[in-house]
Amino acid sequence: MAAPVNATRGQHVWYWCLRLICALGFVFLIGPIVVIVPISFSSGSFLSYPLPGLSMRWYDAVVEPFPWMFALENSLIVATTVTVVATTLGTLAAYGLTRADFPGKPFVFALLISPLAVPLVITALGLYFFFARVGLVQTHVGLIVAHVVLAVPFVVITVSATLKGFDWNLVRAAESLGARPLAAFFQVTLPLILPGVLAGAVFAFVTSLDEVIVALFVSGPAQLTLPRQLFTGLRDQVDPSIVAIATILIAFSVALLIVVELLLWRSARQRSGKMD
Amino acid sequence: MIAPAGTAGEGPAGPADRSLEAKLRRAERRRSLKAFLLVAPLLLFIVVVFAGPILSLLYFSVDDPKLAEVLPRTAQTVAAWDGAELPGEDAYATLVEEIRSAYADRTVAAAAMRLNYEISGFRSMVMRTGRKLRRIAGPPYKDALIGLDERWGDIAYWRAVKASAGPYTTRYLLAAVDLQRQWDGSIGTAPPERTIYIEYLQRTFWISFWVLACCIAIGYPMAFLIATSGKRWSRFLLVLVLLPFWTSLLVRTAAWVVLLQNKGIINDFLLYGDIIDEPLTLIFNRTGVYIAMVHILLPFMVLPLYAVMRNIPASQMRAAASLGAKPLASFLSVYLPQTLPGLGAGCILVFILALGFYITPALIGGASDQMLSYLIAEFATRTGNWGMASAIAILLLLSVAALYPIYRGLVRGGSFRLT
Repeated sequence: MAAPVNATRGQHVWYWCLRLICALGFVFLIGPIVVIVPISFSSGSFLSYPLPGLSMRWYDAVVEPFPWMFALENSLIVATTVTVVATTLGTLAAYGLTRADFPGKPFVFALLISPLAVPLVITALGLYFFFARVGLVQTHVGLIVAHVVLAVPFVVITVSATLKGFDWNLVRAAESLGARPLAAFFQVTLPLILPGVLAGAVFAFVTSLDEVIVALFVSGPAQLTLPRQLFTGLRDQVDPSIVAIATILIAFSVALLIVVELLLWRSARQRSGKMD
Repeated sequence: MIAPAGTAGEGPAGPADRSLEAKLRRAERRRSLKAFLLVAPLLLFIVVVFAGPILSLLYFSVDDPKLAEVLPRTAQTVAAWDGAELPGEDAYATLVEEIRSAYADRTVAAAAMRLNYEISGFRSMVMRTGRKLRRIAGPPYKDALIGLDERWGDIAYWRAVKASAGPYTTRYLLAAVDLQRQWDGSIGTAPPERTIYIEYLQRTFWISFWVLACCIAIGYPMAFLIATSGKRWSRFLLVLVLLPFWTSLLVRTAAWVVLLQNKGIINDFLLYGDIIDEPLTLIFNRTGVYIAMVHILLPFMVLPLYAVMRNIPASQMRAAASLGAKPLASFLSVYLPQTLPGLGAGCILVFILALGFYITPALIGGASDQMLSYLIAEFATRTGNWGMASAIAILLLLSVAALYPIYRGLVRGGSFRLT
């Protein structure tokens, strides 16, 4: 974007105003995340600058077994299971939804992604009442089931999007060469839609890893997750160990961002038919 | 995908064609069934674990079984009573008998709790009555009970019992909009100490509205810049939006807690630069909530906008200018209409997510900055009032549902203008 050469003076002013708003917007978005990172390496316990010195003491607090490592372990167990279940169910459903038409298909699709449209606290409340009656409150299974509900729409959406550009003739070819449907799926379809499936899996993983409202409703002390511990820590007392765990999570987000960008890029390239 | 079936019917169909047609149709049906079977496991899961529980909130918002469970015959008696004047000796006798046995079984607390929703103080009154009931040896129960606690002679308390008799009630749904049902069945305003819910609803909408306005004001130019920059810049700027988007909500809230504190980075910076003399109060108030919510929701505005903007050729604006349109006019009539689908998607995402915010106001807001979600969490997890929690959840859900037609209209309007 550049101001046109024949722009009037007023247009120039307007143009630079826009640029200023944008610059402030980008600083506003990224600034807070960047600014807190160095504080985690502070040797003091104040959450501000200038840093009195550098140390790893807050990271030592983070690797203590309780609460952070306990919470991390729980989070990873839950998020991994959620990812496997949500990716399997979601991929199957997305495959079914794109393979053929059946009555009520638009409604079914809307229903499957509806957890995205309902405010989290309402989902949390419904799940809490439901789990209270079937005895799943304060269990790992309950938390996993709850997170699958929230994660599965992402898988359905990303895999359906990838399948839209899929050439079904490849499956017909495989079947005409004698492959059974299951073999055709695993040997032909899945490898080709893998970027979309993996992107969905990453979305599912992150959804579970970052979820706190439903966890606050349905889980107990034994299912303490990272976000819940962060929530408690932020409410009670903020110290640099929270900033240290935040920094680790930011590093994790950067890594995920790169992975997802690569996957989506590959899936888009495939959709435009430039697969090598 | 079903194209072959359609062509068979066009020509004069012989018996061979017809059997082929039937075969084709059967194959189609089998394919449909197979496809549906693949969707079925997830569909079943979502219906049982998501749709069912959400619908059950409707039931829980009118379900009122407590009193009828604990004091069944009293509930029957007061249900038949007209509520005009104090009930007779029979009602008192039934009540004494049932409270006595419920107190012995330790079940009376649940009913007492329910009565407390009607008149605060009713819970302790019932519990105390239960404790002292052994002093009442025999009839007349009416005088004895009033002697025990004169409030049993106050018709308002009996009307409260009648209102709690169940098994269904509209009190929670009415209370969620600051109304209550009078003893004679008419609907009136709830007492002042209970008319807080509409205020919460208005506040929820007010905060969401301003957050949305800020997101449009900042996000639209940002998306425009990303979409119209050179390839390399555009990628770089996009990453600046995606990184916060991928960062945990709690991490971002934590960052704002650190930044906004009275002794936090922003205040220290401003004090150091002599811009202010006293630290600003940025946290535990509305300012902090707005800042953090806009930060968290801004990517949800920028990304859909960018997705539509990058497909709008730059030549269109130049064409409009060359045809004599002023910049503002060409923006309004050429550019803006084409971005409406993205703007609509961004608005609905931001607004709906904002309506349901809980974590950020809870950590960064003060007592007067909490939204409907906070009330739901309070009622569900702290006071265990399922009816009230469900009623407020329905209020919130209806608010969200009411927005969808607007969204559909926006998107359709956008694509309509495109042609």
